Amino acid sequence: MGARQHISANVNGDPVEFLAEPGTTLLDALRDELGLTGSKEGCGSGDCGACSVTLDGRLVCSCLVLAVEAQGRRITTIEGMADGGTLHPLQQKFLEHAALQCGFCTPGILVAAKALLDVNPDPTEVEARYWLAGNLCRCTGYDKVIRAVMDAAADLRQERV
Amino acid sequence: MSDVDYLAPTSADAAAKALAAGGAAARALAGGTDLLVQLKSGRLKGGLIVDLKHIPGAIGVREEDGAFVIGAATPGATIGEHAGLVRAWPGVVEATHLIGSTQVQGRASMAGNLCNASPAADSVPALIAARATCVIVGPSGRRTVAAEDIPVSPGRTSLKPGEFVLEIRLPARAARSADAYLRSIPRTEMDIAVVGAAVNLTLDSGGTIIEARVALGAVGPTVLIADDAAAAIIGSRLDAAALERLDAAARGACRPISDKRGTAEFRTKIAGVLARRAAAIAYGRARAKGEN
Amino acid sequence: MSDVIDRPAAKAQFKVVGTRPVRPDGADKVTGKAAYGADLMLPGMLTGKIKRSPHAHARIIAIDTKKARALAGVKAVITAADFPDLASEEMAGGESAANVRDIALNCMARNAALYEGHAVAAVAATSASIADEALALIEVTYEVLPHVIDVEAAMAPGAPLLHADIFTKGVEPAPTTPSNIAHRHDLTRGDVNAGFAEADAIAEGRYTTAAVHQGYIEPHACVATFGADGQCQVWSASQGHFAVRTLCAKILGLDTSDIRVTPAEIGGGFGGKTTVYLEPLALALSRQCGAPVRMVMARDEVFRATGPTSGAVIEVKLGARRDGTITAGQIVLKYQAGAFPGSPVHPGVMTALACYDIPNFTITGYDVVTNSPKVTAYRAPGAPISAFGVESAVDDLALKLGMDPIALREKNAVRDGMKAAYGPTFRNIGYVETLEAIRDHPHYQAPLGPNQGRGVAVGFWFNIGGDSTAAVQITDDGAAVVATGNPDIGGSRASMAMMAAEVLGLPIEKVRPIVADTASIGYSMLTGGSRTTFATGMAVTQAAQQIVTDLKRRAAQIWEVAVDQVEWLDGAAVCRDPAKGELTLAALAAKSGETGGPIGAQVSLNAQGAGPGFGAHICDVEVDPETGGVTILRYTAAQDVGRAIHPAYVEGQVQGGVAQGIGWALNEEYIFDTDGKMENAGFLDYRVPVASDLPMIDTILVEVANPRHPFGAKGVGEVPIVPPLGAVANAVRAAIGVRMTDLPLSPPKIRAAIDGR
Repeated sequence: MGARQHISANVNGDPVEFLAEPGTTLLDALRDELGLTGSKEGCGSGDCGACSVTLDGRLVCSCLVLAVEAQGRRITTIEGMADGGTLHPLQQKFLEHAALQCGFCTPGILVAAKALLDVNPDPTEVEARYWLAGNLCRCTGYDKVIRAVMDAAADLRQERV
Repeated sequence: MSDVDYLAPTSADAAAKALAAGGAAARALAGGTDLLVQLKSGRLKGGLIVDLKHIPGAIGVREEDGAFVIGAATPGATIGEHAGLVRAWPGVVEATHLIGSTQVQGRASMAGNLCNASPAADSVPALIAARATCVIVGPSGRRTVAAEDIPVSPGRTSLKPGEFVLEIRLPARAARSADAYLRSIPRTEMDIAVVGAAVNLTLDSGGTIIEARVALGAVGPTVLIADDAAAAIIGSRLDAAALERLDAAARGACRPISDKRGTAEFRTKIAGVLARRAAAIAYGRARAKGEN
Repeated sequence: MSDVIDRPAAKAQFKVVGTRPVRPDGADKVTGKAAYGADLMLPGMLTGKIKRSPHAHARIIAIDTKKARALAGVKAVITAADFPDLASEEMAGGESAANVRDIALNCMARNAALYEGHAVAAVAATSASIADEALALIEVTYEVLPHVIDVEAAMAPGAPLLHADIFTKGVEPAPTTPSNIAHRHDLTRGDVNAGFAEADAIAEGRYTTAAVHQGYIEPHACVATFGADGQCQVWSASQGHFAVRTLCAKILGLDTSDIRVTPAEIGGGFGGKTTVYLEPLALALSRQCGAPVRMVMARDEVFRATGPTSGAVIEVKLGARRDGTITAGQIVLKYQAGAFPGSPVHPGVMTALACYDIPNFTITGYDVVTNSPKVTAYRAPGAPISAFGVESAVDDLALKLGMDPIALREKNAVRDGMKAAYGPTFRNIGYVETLEAIRDHPHYQAPLGPNQGRGVAVGFWFNIGGDSTAAVQITDDGAAVVATGNPDIGGSRASMAMMAAEVLGLPIEKVRPIVADTASIGYSMLTGGSRTTFATGMAVTQAAQQIVTDLKRRAAQIWEVAVDQVEWLDGAAVCRDPAKGELTLAALAAKSGETGGPIGAQVSLNAQGAGPGFGAHICDVEVDPETGGVTILRYTAAQDVGRAIHPAYVEGQVQGGVAQGIGWALNEEYIFDTDGKMENAGFLDYRVPVASDLPMIDTILVEVANPRHPFGAKGVGEVPIVPPLGAVANAVRAAIGVRMTDLPLSPPKIRAAIDGR
């Protein structure tokens, strides 16, 4: 077995250090080593998006990243989305639109939706649907999810004005 | 995922040395979107992982005299952000963008897609139609090979122990050239191609096709180059008869299997459809370039 | 984009019920704090993993665990030998009866592995990688046996037998030789031959559906700890922690009182988390080693060893007079049960013609064991399958008669006072209203383009009531806490809080709901059957009503007036004597010590009178005639919901059910290789709909109140998955002119059908 490696990274703005076996995924390290269980494992193969995080600002599935690859890099998880006690507008809109039922896919969808609005503040419905195609939701049929994302985008554009 | 070691060398030569020392179980890591799945499923049992991303030039796109050099570990999302590349090779870019979800685009690379050696890989027909070449680094130095010479059968490549692809090169474009890639999947996203078709062509000033290359995915053990399909449209202005010839020639080139993703009969029919549709898109793009 | 349309039948004067407040458990779910089954960590916790059969059917000759036990870091290894060999015992279940011995054998194979993925041993180790290594060291000697998965092949004489003790029930005289047909169900009315003799038009077909999985995104997970004194705790994501407690007690031979089960947040269930897979194993491992054990399935284990629902064959023949009156129906249903008896064919039989008033019919259903994972309830279990056949045939009948498909359904619709095909007499149903709603919706008249088609289908589900408990407590500052015993799979905490708030006259923010563990609340049947808002909601409402009665008594005591002088209005006691003023709940709570002590009430009941639910759907598709690809262009679903307590979550239930039905219709299927191994045990090739596959899903909430519920609610979660299979297939038929009979309607099948036109 490969020796555990010492990893220093930045998670949600804070420096973190942990030990990781070379074969451990970033998802497992976040959940088991750092106690950040908001990122979920739905498939372990990059097909469901429940483990979505950003890595140096780029949206990825943390189940498809080795923990050792995080050395020196900047990671944002669902736990870093709210500003202290204030929810991000996307989080607020998901609540207002009832855009979640069981909520298991919700952290991944929120992280992915934020990444969308960071690069495309005014997405069409079709763009939002394709951007989020890697985030499976089995409860909602996506209707209210998409409405919440579009509504949050509109609000965020308003804030920028 | 036990029994794994990880190295992140900072030069190509060091990476080649590490891979050679790691033997048969050593694997190069670019985006990892195939490698990690194989490790997790147990298809790969441990071994040394050599991360290519710390090698200078492994990530990024640069233009050299009209040609494009794409680092082996460049994620799909980055490729689409290079305006010059998108203009010159829209088919290659759209094919790369079809690999997986937005999340997978944040990691998956063309070189990884190529070296995973799946006949259904989305970017590979486009790369082959584009006459892309690969710079391979190994213990005995560097060599350049055509993209189609890397995969040899499902899951196997022609790379020798210690070798890895460092960069992919797309040639400079003639005027009035364009490419396109289409695939058929059951859903709108997230599926492996049941059939893929890439068409790359060049027109003369009158709109006649003077050069073409057609590559078909998931209809054989490797991506197929359909020379007859290309010949079917060269000399034409992609009229209905040329499209019919293209359809038939593409179908004729297919050697598919039936599996959980599609029957051989279906794959063959769809190869013709997609070749025709991709050719029309590429032709339209090339025409538009001629008008600019 | 389209709108969501509410159509409240009668706007009642409710302040909270019918509004759309933010759900009380929402903030934790959007911030990642909510703790699901795999999120709990206990000190000293071990990782449990399962060794599974690689064979679809095999005799287990021997299991050698010596090497695994010897591996450093391995703390426990179990096989069937660690569980009592139970006698057959039928148990009442939420939606279908279950046999405890079968559930035990499904959790851990004894003597025979009956499907690929069947558990044969389990380990607990100090790390996941050591557990994996230990699994590889367990040596199982199998004698591979012939297997059978196709339902008709399993019914055929000479098929490989799964169980030597299955003699088809429901057949007279009882068979003397065993078979794979566990049960035959018959439902008849009138004289079917006479009915067909009256008919001017006949529509018939043989339809098939593939096995499909519930596809919840959260894999099964639990943590269990077995105390040295025999007292156990389990934390798990399930639809019913009381069922988990009972099943664990029976499977392990423990006293129910020694097991306390705490529900984790559950990441989707749809019926698939109504039984146990991991919990008894985790307890047995913990019993052996003394440490807490966490078990979490990988996605491929979820596909190979849990769920799915049946693959099936449906034969339908319908006859009608020229005016559209359906005179006869003949239906045969053959459902895969998986490795043990218990397919949902019985509800399939009962629901098949529930929307139709037909004088003559015979419906026969066969429950057939096969070498595939034991089926588990999936949203309106059995009903989408039979409805797919019936709705396809009704569509063909409309074509033959030259009738509008909605008009044909209206002509034959069940109405109040009619006897349902499955027995009881319908009361207060809103079926015709849903048909009218889609008939009058702009969608039904919207123009279609080339290669596009429109389909209509309807669906029915019983909805159930049953045992529920709720406790409402008033806090010292005059707010309320509502505890129930039903895991919240889709927003039920919100509806529970809303009903309590309505009765107590409190704003919704002053009512906090929880799902209590098995030691902290009375028994409740599991969350399923669309029963929670109805049955548990009734318990919550009654508990709140008891509190209001008590509060009026307390106010009367403080005011020294007769109780009948006190009203409860907007969260306060008001005295008929204006000089007394009012006493708010907060004021009464502050004085509770002087008026009889803490304020609270618990109600346990068996709820009766769940109103059956009906839905009517319209689906538009476009078919690419060259690739066979189907695009869902537009979808509208009308449903009688009784009264929508929280309309946004009711819409969400409808939209989610429709999406699952569309997946079932177009792309989802279990694919087995020739050895009986599943070829697509992952979300890559088991293709659930993704966001870009679907349009917005319009909902029309038809509110025909259920008088047996305090606010008129009917169950809503299951009906919406029933019509989509037929609606999609009928739309595809309209688009390509060919009747497609075999689900899923994947591109190769559609292209082949188009080529064969």
